[in-house]
Amino acid sequence: MSVDMRTFLAHVELANPVTTAAGCAASGRELAQFFDLHRLGALTTRSITMAPRAGRPTPRMAETPSGMLNAVGLQGPGIDAFLERELPWLAQRGIKTIVSIGGGTVAEYSELARRLADAPGVTALEVNLSCPNMEDRGRVFAREGSAAAEVIASVRSIMRYDVPVVAKLAPDVADIVAVARASVDAGADALSMINNPLGMAIDTETLRPSLAAVTGGLSGPAVLPLAVRCVWQVHAALPGVPIVGVGGVMTGQDAFQLILAGACAVGVGTALFHDPYACLRIERELEDLLRARGFQRLADAVGLAHRPPGSAPRHLLVDSEESTP
Amino acid sequence: MQVTGTVLTTRRVDAYHALTVVAPGIAERYRPGHFVSVAAGGAGTSMVTRRALSIHDVKSDYGGTVELVFTVRGPGTAWLAERRARDTLDLVGPLGRPFPLPRDPVHCVLVGAEYGSAVLFPLADALLERGCRVDFVLGAASADRVFGAMRARRMAETTTLTTEDGSLGVRGRVTDALPSVIADTHADAVYACGPMESLRAVTAVAMEFDIPVQVAVEEAMACGIGVCMTCVLPVIGDDGVTRMVRACAEGPVFRGERVRFEDVGTIPFDALGAPGGGARHAG
Repeated sequence: MSVDMRTFLAHVELANPVTTAAGCAASGRELAQFFDLHRLGALTTRSITMAPRAGRPTPRMAETPSGMLNAVGLQGPGIDAFLERELPWLAQRGIKTIVSIGGGTVAEYSELARRLADAPGVTALEVNLSCPNMEDRGRVFAREGSAAAEVIASVRSIMRYDVPVVAKLAPDVADIVAVARASVDAGADALSMINNPLGMAIDTETLRPSLAAVTGGLSGPAVLPLAVRCVWQVHAALPGVPIVGVGGVMTGQDAFQLILAGACAVGVGTALFHDPYACLRIERELEDLLRARGFQRLADAVGLAHRPPGSAPRHLLVDSEESTP
Repeated sequence: MQVTGTVLTTRRVDAYHALTVVAPGIAERYRPGHFVSVAAGGAGTSMVTRRALSIHDVKSDYGGTVELVFTVRGPGTAWLAERRARDTLDLVGPLGRPFPLPRDPVHCVLVGAEYGSAVLFPLADALLERGCRVDFVLGAASADRVFGAMRARRMAETTTLTTEDGSLGVRGRVTDALPSVIADTHADAVYACGPMESLRAVTAVAMEFDIPVQVAVEEAMACGIGVCMTCVLPVIGDDGVTRMVRACAEGPVFRGERVRFEDVGTIPFDALGAPGGGARHAG
C-alpha cells in the first residue's frame, strides 16, 4: 500500500514533501540532466537579487567534519535575466517552483516581489532573510523580529493573495521563536528553517582562513540537530504554521526527524552536491519509513514527536501486516 | 549519469595513483577533456563533497572502463588511494565540456604540468586519429611527479620533459621549453592542463606565437554538476563581458586567452555583477 505523500505549503498542494533547498539547484537545468524535475515536491531557486551578482571570490568552499562551509555570496543572474530565461524554462514545464529572493533593503525585496507578482510559474515566494541589511550596518534581517517583519509585511502586501510567502529563518539568533512569530504576524504564510549557520575553518598549511570570505555558511549533516531543534521549538510555539524543514538532510530518516519535529515539507541542499538523485532517494526512503511505521498519510506524522510521552500514536494502522517494511 | 563502478585494477604511477573502474555508461559517452566525480568514504560517509578526477584512459573491455588519476591531498583522496580490486565506487560522469578538436590535420603541442598530463593522452589519441601531429611537453617539480613520460614518448613525434630540480629532462618549467617546441614543430595549436600558474604561463607563450590555446583548469569543486557554484573563475565571454563561470559546467576546458588568470581567486571589478562594478546592469 502506498503512503499518501501529499502535503500543503499554506494552501498550495505539493505532490510530495521533498523540495530542493535554496541555492542548491542552480537554475534547475543542471539537475534536469539527471531526473525529471516533476518528481520533486517543488524546486526552490537560488536567491534572486535585483542586479546580477558575481558572488564572492574563491576559495568559496571548504569541507568540514560531516559538512561543508560555503561563501558563494548569492551569485546569480539578477531578476531581469531570471524572468527572461530561468523562470520561463521552469514554468513551461509546469515544475512547481518556489522562488527565493534576497535583497539589501526593504525596498529591494518589495521591488523583487513586484516583479514576480505577475510572473507565471511562481508556486510560492521564499524570502531569504539572511541577507545583510544595508540600512542596519549590514546586520542580517533574520536576526531581529522587527527587521524580518518589515520585509515580510511589505512582500506580503505586494504578492498575489494566492502565492504563499515563506520566511526563511536563520539559526544564528538568540530566540528563533520570536523571529518566527514576528514573521507570521507580519503575514508569512509559512516558514522555512534553517538557513546556514555561520562557521569558519582555518587552513593549517597556509595558516590562513580556508575561505576567501573568511566565514561561510555551514551545511550538511553537522547542522541537522540544529535544524531539528529550531523546527521543534517553532512548531511547539506556532503549531498551525506550515514549516519547511531544511538543514543537513541526507537520508529519509533525517527528513523523517524534521517531519516528526513539525515540518510539513523538507528541503534538501548539500545532499544534492553528493548525490544528484538525493531528492528522489530521500522521498523514497521517507515513504518506506512511513509505511513501515504504519502511516497511511505523511500529514499524520507532522509534529508527532510533540505528543506527550506514553500516549499512543493514534494514526497507526492496527493491522500488523501493514507494518512490515 | 551516475554509475556504481567496480574497481578493476589499482596502480601507482610514480607519485600518483591510478584506478581503473568498470563504468560502461561513462566510458561510452566520454570525450577527451571530460572528468568524473567520485563520492569518497563509502556509504554513510561524513565527507559531503565529491572529488573531481581526471580521466586518463578509456577502454572498451568489460563493457567500458575508465582509468582515473589523482594525487593524495586529503582524507578523501587518501580513501580513494586505499581502494582495491572489486571495491565499488559511486561515479557521476562524464562531466564538463570536452576539448574542441581541429577539423584539419594540424600540428598540436600538448603541455602537461604535474598530473595534468593525464587528460592529454586520450586527447592525443583523438588528434592522431584525425591525422594531427602531436608533440608533448611534460613537466613537474621533480622526476617522480612527471606523469606519463613513457606513454608520451610512444605516441608523440617528440616529447620534451622538464623538471624544476633537473632530475629529468631539461631543468626548468614547461614554459621554458615550450617556445622552442612551438617554433620547431610549426605548431598550429596548443592544449594544456595543469595548475593555474602553468596554464597562465602556457597561454602567454601561445599568445606570443599567436596560435589558439585550449586549457583544462583544475578548480576545487564540491559537486561537479554545476549546482554548488564554488568552482568559479573569471572568463571573458563572446560578448566581451567577464563572468564568473563554473569550471565544472562551462569548463573545465576554456580558450586560454579568455581566462583572466591574473584575477583567478578574485572578483574582477568589471565582472558582470561585481560589487559596485561597472557592468552591474549589463546583460
